[in-house]
Amino acid sequence: MTAKTTRSSKTQAWRYLFPGVLAMLVFVAFPLVYTVQIGFTNYSASNLLSEERARAYLLDQADVNENRAFGFSVHPDGDAVRVLLTPQGDGASGERYLSPAIALAKAATEPVAMQPVAGNPVLGAAFTLRQTIEQRSALMALRLSLPDHSTLIYAGLHEFAVFEPLWQAQTGGALKRLADGAVYAPNRDTGYFEDAKGERLQPGFKVGVGFANYARLFGDADMRGPFVSIFIWTVVFAGLTVLFSTAIGMTLAVLLNWEALKYRTLYRTLLFLPYAVPGFISILVFKGLFNQNFGEINAILDAVFGVKPAWFADPLLAKTMILIVNTWLGYPYIMVLCTGLIKSIPADLYEASAIAGAKPLTNFWRITAPLIVKPLTPLLISAFAFNFNNFVLISLLTDGRPDYLNTKLPAGTTDILVSYTYRIAFTDAGANFGLAAAISTVIFFLVAILSLVNLKLSQSNDPHKGGH
Amino acid sequence: MAVVTGKSQRWRIVAAHVGLWVLIAITLFPLLAVVSISLRPGNFATGSLIPAEISLEHWKLALGFAHTQADGVVVQPPFPVLLWLWNSIKVATISSLLIVSISTTAAYGFARLRFRFKTTILNSMLLLQMFPVAVALVAIYAIFEAIGGVIPWLGIETHGGLIVAYIGGVAMHIWTIKGYFETIPTEIEECAKVDGATSWQAFYKVLLPMAVPILMVVFVLAFIGTIIEYPIASVLLREEPNLTLAVGSKYYLYEQRYLWGDFAAAAVLSGLPITLVFLAAQRWIVSGLTSGGVKG
Repeated sequence: MTAKTTRSSKTQAWRYLFPGVLAMLVFVAFPLVYTVQIGFTNYSASNLLSEERARAYLLDQADVNENRAFGFSVHPDGDAVRVLLTPQGDGASGERYLSPAIALAKAATEPVAMQPVAGNPVLGAAFTLRQTIEQRSALMALRLSLPDHSTLIYAGLHEFAVFEPLWQAQTGGALKRLADGAVYAPNRDTGYFEDAKGERLQPGFKVGVGFANYARLFGDADMRGPFVSIFIWTVVFAGLTVLFSTAIGMTLAVLLNWEALKYRTLYRTLLFLPYAVPGFISILVFKGLFNQNFGEINAILDAVFGVKPAWFADPLLAKTMILIVNTWLGYPYIMVLCTGLIKSIPADLYEASAIAGAKPLTNFWRITAPLIVKPLTPLLISAFAFNFNNFVLISLLTDGRPDYLNTKLPAGTTDILVSYTYRIAFTDAGANFGLAAAISTVIFFLVAILSLVNLKLSQSNDPHKGGH
Repeated sequence: MAVVTGKSQRWRIVAAHVGLWVLIAITLFPLLAVVSISLRPGNFATGSLIPAEISLEHWKLALGFAHTQADGVVVQPPFPVLLWLWNSIKVATISSLLIVSISTTAAYGFARLRFRFKTTILNSMLLLQMFPVAVALVAIYAIFEAIGGVIPWLGIETHGGLIVAYIGGVAMHIWTIKGYFETIPTEIEECAKVDGATSWQAFYKVLLPMAVPILMVVFVLAFIGTIIEYPIASVLLREEPNLTLAVGSKYYLYEQRYLWGDFAAAAVLSGLPITLVFLAAQRWIVSGLTSGGVKG
């Protein structure tokens, strides 16, 4: 192969790969990196904008001075219009002002300089009210400037009024309040415009805060309490889910592999059903079935035992319910996995053990279990990692509730880490994206560790990749 | 297999059948109950699994017709279920088509062309896909808000944005298609090239027609994956007419407005077709399972 063809095949390769790799980079890799970055900022509902946009927002704030208002009329002048300002009020006297021809269709950027008029200028017929209304949005964009440099803006269908900004830009990005001359300088550590006494202006802006979110997470006793409880529950939830699903799924796989049993295909199909039903539907179905007053499950429990457990109000019962539902959702997956793995065990092993007179349980513990445990382990770790972040289940079933009392941020007894971050970011009014992203970063590291362990395990299983 | 069977064998078989049927009963109970509830009159009624009185009111509402109660009160459908279903199908179809086309070309590149860092790229794509999307929701929200500032039809609250967000999930599909391409002998394309076909023609006219079955499989898998997707959709879509089914369904079961019967009908209506597609595609899904994919 010559050098030239190598090069062309290389560019060719990129042409095929580009869309897929780009999609992964933009929508999978970049969000991960960006999350980590947001974790080091104070990005939240009160610090949403960049410093420039927060400053522009404040500089745009203005009071309309109703004492210095003019009536106006709009007169066509060819394709453009001229605006005539007349002093307002009964017996009002004073200067009238006329604008040069303005093209209303074009977005006005610079203030239009008004000239005083003497006598009665010749103008086209003034716009009717209806025509004025039609041009309203163009008129609202207009800035008219009087010879004394005050600026007028549209202040209603009948008047233009002097527009007095509240803030004036100072050197170094500070802002001066024109009413009392107080100066607010941007504090790039806290992300607010502050005066000498540290009083803050709203809105703040987005700045890097270093490890402040992490310090809050691990240092602030008010935060750490719920965070640690939620972390423990997340691990317990994922661990017990995998344990229960594996116990049921593996038992079923072994049972359905028993050739003496009839109707095995029928059983397998029926038992596979929970996996085939869309998760969001079956989770919501359970939410309804477990309802304390109208649910079928409590109807049955009430009829048989005379109890009506409060599945959604009691933390322990809520956790039990979550585990029941997730085991229902999860065992078919393990069953299918184990069925596949058991099929690959050579039949002569069982023949040999039958000759030795072994009981079924002995077969399971001595042959089946040892042979499938190694290929099964990485898959169970994947299942653990998946449930560790099983946002859909928690979000749809309990939404993390019942909540802990006396926490600053909403935290639920059934929340797992991802649903907790979701609530901090998207359902709390403070929308603390920075803190949520910091927790997400912690989750990344945990998932990354699990994935690496998994990769090592599955590579050592794969005979093609060597290992040992 | 000639295994010596003991006396206890028969009893063990009976016990196994009984045990399995008990488990099947528990497994199927929620699914049967929801069908039964959808046929019961009223939103708070409890009763036997086989409804004593069959009422189609919830089904009427789910299909978008108003329902007149016995006392003459007209009940309007609480939520636009069919619109949500249409939104879901639209988003899932378009994004699956894009996913298939993107992953097919990438898979061809990985299977047939030689370039540096091939294994590294493949492995890192697979590793990246292990990170759950629910963890990056804050960033995804911020990204689409920024995109929406420049291109409004790709921002928050748009189906365009949601479709684009789903395109990222291609790594598994690239692996699947790549595996299939590798089973097709390279000689076939080489013959085409000898006959004067360009590399693109060899891919488009020779390899692609042979890969149609696997492309259908990937399409179905991507379709199911996107139609049941909840986290991203719940962040990007908030307004009622925009919602997909996965996001909208939960509004039936709010404490203040508990529409159990209406939900049941909507759930059966929308869940049944997806379940049937899933069962039909089960064979391929199961073979994909052992390679480590977990359904959401």
